Amino acid sequence: MMATTPENPVWTGANRPPLRLHVPQPPARPGEAPDFSAQAIPPVGETPRPDPDTPAAQMQGHAFGLVRVLDLDGTASGPWDPQVSPEVALAMLRAMALTRAFDDRMFRAQRQGKTSFYMKSLGEEAVSIAAAFALDDEDMLFPSYRQQGLLIARNHDLVDMMNQIYSNRADRMKGRQLPIMYSVKAKGFFSISGNLATQLPQAVGWAMASAARGDTRIAAAWLGEGSTAEGDFHSACTFASVYRAPVILNVVNNQWAISSFSGMAGGDETTFAARGLGYGIATLRVDGNDVLAVLAATRWAAERARGNHGPTMIEHVTYRTEGHSTSDDPSAYRSAGEAAAWPLGDPLLRLKDHLIKQGHWDEERHAAMEAELMEQVRTAQKASERHGILGHGLNQPLDTMFEGVFEHMPWHLAEQEAQMLAEWQAAGLPDIKREEPGA
Amino acid sequence: MTMIQAINDALDVTMQRDDTVTVMGEDVGFFGGVFRATAGLQAKYGTSRVFDTPISECGIIGVAIGMGAYGLRPVPEIQFADYIYPALDQLVSEAARLRYRSAGEFTAPITVRSPFGGGIFGGQTHSQSPEGIFTHCSGLKTVIPSTPYDAKGLLIASIEDNDPVLFFEPKRLYNGPFHGHYDRPAKGWAGHPDAQVPEGHYRVEIGKARVVREGSDLTILTYGTMVHVVASTLDELPDAPKADLIDLRSLIPLDIETIEASVKKTGRCLIVHEATRTSGFGAELSALVQERCFHHLEAPVQRVTGFDTPYPHALEWAYFPGPVRLAQAFKQIMKD
Repeated sequence: MMATTPENPVWTGANRPPLRLHVPQPPARPGEAPDFSAQAIPPVGETPRPDPDTPAAQMQGHAFGLVRVLDLDGTASGPWDPQVSPEVALAMLRAMALTRAFDDRMFRAQRQGKTSFYMKSLGEEAVSIAAAFALDDEDMLFPSYRQQGLLIARNHDLVDMMNQIYSNRADRMKGRQLPIMYSVKAKGFFSISGNLATQLPQAVGWAMASAARGDTRIAAAWLGEGSTAEGDFHSACTFASVYRAPVILNVVNNQWAISSFSGMAGGDETTFAARGLGYGIATLRVDGNDVLAVLAATRWAAERARGNHGPTMIEHVTYRTEGHSTSDDPSAYRSAGEAAAWPLGDPLLRLKDHLIKQGHWDEERHAAMEAELMEQVRTAQKASERHGILGHGLNQPLDTMFEGVFEHMPWHLAEQEAQMLAEWQAAGLPDIKREEPGA
Repeated sequence: MTMIQAINDALDVTMQRDDTVTVMGEDVGFFGGVFRATAGLQAKYGTSRVFDTPISECGIIGVAIGMGAYGLRPVPEIQFADYIYPALDQLVSEAARLRYRSAGEFTAPITVRSPFGGGIFGGQTHSQSPEGIFTHCSGLKTVIPSTPYDAKGLLIASIEDNDPVLFFEPKRLYNGPFHGHYDRPAKGWAGHPDAQVPEGHYRVEIGKARVVREGSDLTILTYGTMVHVVASTLDELPDAPKADLIDLRSLIPLDIETIEASVKKTGRCLIVHEATRTSGFGAELSALVQERCFHHLEAPVQRVTGFDTPYPHALEWAYFPGPVRLAQAFKQIMKD
C-alpha cells in the first residue's frame, strides 16, 4: 500500500481492484459500420394507449415502449392511430415538404455567404409538424433551435423567417439574434435562446400562469436530448410536476448533440422518457419519424393538460440526418452510413408512402408539390433579399443597437449611443436608413 | 412601520390594485416568509397568487420569466441573495435580454426580492452583497432601499416597472436602522422620520438618489445598511467632516446628476459599500467620478468596502466596514 503524497496522488488500497472511470462511447465512429442494434423498436400496436387522465404511476411502461402508428411499409394501425382525414395527412405532408425545401434553400444561402449560420431539421420534421397540428393555434410554444417546422405548420410568412435569417432591414429582431433564433408572438412562438434548456422552466411558468388565471391555453416546450443534462430541465420537471402544470415537455432525441452521442446525456443507462418517471410526470416514448404517432401522442398530452391532469414528457426518438449546424462536420465524428441505416426511416417518405398506399396520393402529385414548394421558397427568398442580406454588411440603422435594452433608455446608454454615432460619423461611415418591417 | 412591514405593505397594495401581481418563493406562502415579508398575503389573495416553490432558484426565476411573458407581474423571492447564483443564467441571459432579443415582443416584468448584506452572523452563505455582479449585466435594474418609506415606494415602483428589477433588501435594516456598533443595543424604527410610511399607493422613482444630509467638505456615495452606519459615524465623530451623504437607492439606473453636482461642490468623494472591493460597484462609481469630476477633485476618490474574502462567520465584525474603518477613511480623505 502506498500513501497519498503530492508525488503519488493515487492511493491504492490493499487487495482492492483499482477503480475505473466509465466514459460512454457511441456504437460507431467514422470508418465503422453504423450500429443501431441497441435501439429497441417494438412493433406497431404493442404500446397501449391509456386514457389521458391515467395517473403517471400507472404508466411506467410507456417510458420504455414506443408509440407507433405507421409501419415501415406505410400501414397505419394500433390503438394510437389518430384516424386523421386524408386532408389533414396531406397538409402535414405539405408542411414537412415545405420545411425541407426551406431548410435546403437557407442552407445553400449560408454556403453562398448570404448569412452567417443555419440549422436544418432534416429527418426530424415530423416532431414539429405533427405537434403544431395537434395543438391549438392559441397554445404557446417554447421551441429550441430546430423547430422551424412549428412556424411553417402555423403558416407563418416565410419571408419574415428569412428576414430574420438574413438579419436584414426588415428583420423584426433588428439583427440582434443569430439566424433561426426567431420570435413570433403573433404565432405563439416564444423567442429562442441560445442557452440550452432555459426555455423549459419558462414554458412551465407560462403554463402555470395560464392555470392560475383560469385560462384554457396550454404550453409546450422542446429541447434536445443532450440538454436534458442542464439543471434547468430538472427544475422545470420539478415545477411541472409539483403544480401539475398544463405543459408538454418534448425531448427530441435525435441521437447527437453536436459530436456528443446521446450516451453522454445518460441515454445508455435509461431512456430519456424515463426521466419523467422520477418526477411523477406522465411519459410517452414515441417514434419521432412517424408523424401520425407524434400527432397522437401530442393530442393525448394536450387532452391530459386541458383536463387538469398535469404535464406530459414526450421523448421523440428520431435522428439528426444533417450536421448540428452549418458550422459542423458530422463526418468527423460519426459513421457515414448512419443516416441511411436509421431504422425508423424518413418521416416525410413514410407519410408519403402511407398516403400513396391509401390511394390519396401519387408520385406525380408529389413531384408537382415539391416543385411548387421549391418555387414558393425561391419567391420568398427573392422577396426577402430585396431587404438585404447579412453577407452585404450592415443592414440595421445604428441606433437600433441601443433600443430596448430597457423600456426607457437610461443616460449611460444614451451617452454610449451618442459616442458610437460620433465615432461612426468621424470615420466617414454611412448610417443606414430605417425600413419598416413589411415594406 | 418597520422595513419588513413596509415591504409587506407594498406587496399588499400592489396585489390589491393589480391582480396580475403574483408572489412566489421558498416559504413565502402559508408561512409568510422566513423574514415575514409576505405574511398574510396568501390568506388574503389565495394560493394562485401567493405560493411556495420548490428549492430551485433556477426554477423560480425561469418560471417567473414564463409567467411574465404570459402577462403577469411575478415578484419572486430568493430567500437569501447568496442563493441567487443557481438562477444567474436565467437572470442575466434570459430575463435581462428577453426584451432586447425579441425586439420588445416578449418582456420579463419581474421583481426579484432578496435579502442581502451582513451583520447578522449569517456566515459566508447568508451575508453576501452580490449587486455588483448584476450591475455588470445589461438589461437588469438594481434597486436597494435604506428606509421603510423608500422600501415601500421603491418596491411598488419596481413591481410596476416593465423591466426586470433586482430588489435587494438590507436585512440588517429590516427591524431598525443600524449604527454600525455591533456591541451596542440595536435601535428600532419607532420614531425614525423615514419610518413614517403613508397608507396606500405611492412610488419612489427608480433612478433618483436621496441626499440624506448636506455638507461642503466631502461627498459620500453609499446605499443600503451603510447609509445609516455612515450617518451615525458622522454624528459620533467630534471632528467629522461636513458631508453630502447620498443614498443612491438604485445602482442601475444611476442618478449621475446628483453625484456629479455634489462632487463638483465638495471636491472629495468617498464610496462606501459592504460588498467585496475588487470589481465591485464602488469601482464603477470611482471611475465615473474620475471621468466627470477630475478637475474638481482635491483628493483621490476613496472606497470603504468589505474585504475580498468570503464573509467570515466569527470575524464578521472585523470584515464589516463599520465606524472604525469609516473614521480612518474620513481622516485620510480630508488630509489628502
